[in-house]
Amino acid sequence: MTTLRSPLHDEHVALDATLVDFAGWQMPVRYSGDIAEHQAVRTGAGLFDLSHMGELSVRGADAADFLDYALAGRVSAVKLWGAKYTMLCNEAGGVIDDLVIYRRDWDHFFIVANASNKDRVVAELRDRIGSYDATVEDVSAEIALIAVQGPLSAKITGAMCDLGEDDIEAMKYYSGANVLLEGGIHAFVARTGYTGEDGFELFVGSDEARDVWQLALEHGTPEGMIPAGLSSRDSLRLEAGMPLYGQELDESTTPFEAGLGRIIAFGTETNPRGDFVGREALAKVKESGIAKQLVGLVGTGRRSARTGYAVTDEAGNQVGVVTSGVPSPTLGQPIAMAYVPVSMAEPGTVVGIDVRGRREEMTVTALPFYKREK
Amino acid sequence: MANIPDELKYSAEHEWVDGDPTVGTVVTVGITAHAAEALGDIVYAEPPSVGDTVTAGEVCGELESTKAVSELYSPVTGTVTEINEALESAPESINTDAYGEGWIFKVELSAAPQDLLGPEAYSALTD
Repeated sequence: MTTLRSPLHDEHVALDATLVDFAGWQMPVRYSGDIAEHQAVRTGAGLFDLSHMGELSVRGADAADFLDYALAGRVSAVKLWGAKYTMLCNEAGGVIDDLVIYRRDWDHFFIVANASNKDRVVAELRDRIGSYDATVEDVSAEIALIAVQGPLSAKITGAMCDLGEDDIEAMKYYSGANVLLEGGIHAFVARTGYTGEDGFELFVGSDEARDVWQLALEHGTPEGMIPAGLSSRDSLRLEAGMPLYGQELDESTTPFEAGLGRIIAFGTETNPRGDFVGREALAKVKESGIAKQLVGLVGTGRRSARTGYAVTDEAGNQVGVVTSGVPSPTLGQPIAMAYVPVSMAEPGTVVGIDVRGRREEMTVTALPFYKREK
Repeated sequence: MANIPDELKYSAEHEWVDGDPTVGTVVTVGITAHAAEALGDIVYAEPPSVGDTVTAGEVCGELESTKAVSELYSPVTGTVTEINEALESAPESINTDAYGEGWIFKVELSAAPQDLLGPEAYSALTD
């Protein structure tokens, strides 16, 4: 399989970024430094190239009903220009992918999927169309995704607009709008992100990605914005307690275990919901409860738990597994997420982590580790 | 292009060695700027302890960055005489000054180093 390149590849090379293979793409892992990039997003702004992400367009008279059946959330309830975090589950309730879905018209939904899962998501959705009047189109190749994230992101994104600057400032979190950027570039801009900060995601044509990247730097650099890579994106999302597919989420894990049961809409007596894929299995899990649970862990030592490390009980027996871990730049101590038995999931519980053969202790803590001031 | 000083010797595991490579001399060891860049911001360095015996090509400590953990190999064989205590509070020196303030430990050689590379041979490894 050939490695895919972002339309911004030459920009990254010019910036002397460290490039890594990620989900079949060659993407920047860092430019100046992980911690500087992380702090820029927490205190000012960072600019991300997320063109590896998958984008799907779902259209048709039955698009809303189709997605209500295909996904765990009640998509038909999303307002025009609204956004929703949801999941594609299998019949057993396991997570095939976590998605952000945007309603761009009554009969048009725009879905952002993880790069590694995109082809699978397209295939699964098409399989579920049945007799619904709906189409699923993979538009990933023609769309680039550039994100401006951080407390200064509204100011910077607004300044990039020719038309719609006021819309940016007024835009609610988890909604989007079509705007005209300087230079006459059309963009779908959404106030969403994966950093725990205020932020905007700009979906633009791949052939205009370089112009938009330059435009962002032009307006952002004077504000202290710097390009930020996937390494800082990972530490930012982990501090914000957001799951990463392949680490916290996979097909053998239900949203309940990941602490995301709230995203499943079963409907109520007054507002019932029809069948959806995984409903029966998920209803059973809701009824019978879960055995393992995703928790946050904070350590006082200096050695961080990392993906795949064993969580142990007092006797040293493995009882769980670390899904993600990083030395938190904001907290200045190791943080991690891990699956542990429900009996050990209470905040304050001390667990052992086998950090390369040596036991380190971490304490279960409520997620997220970091929450921005609103 | 990463900085590779001419006067140093290098290991294939991306350590540098400064000093006369003969038995009985004390040499200084660190990791190369190339390695530091690949690791990302180093937040914790665990060098060997003073008095430890280290063996060329074997693990003697670890380096932890925001992104990953990397084992620290000794490029030479001998006894550790000193470690860089300043790294305890300023591990980022390894990123900012890999060949200076970012030195990691010193070893009194008990065997002449066998497989160290010159700057050109090391440079070829990092391409």
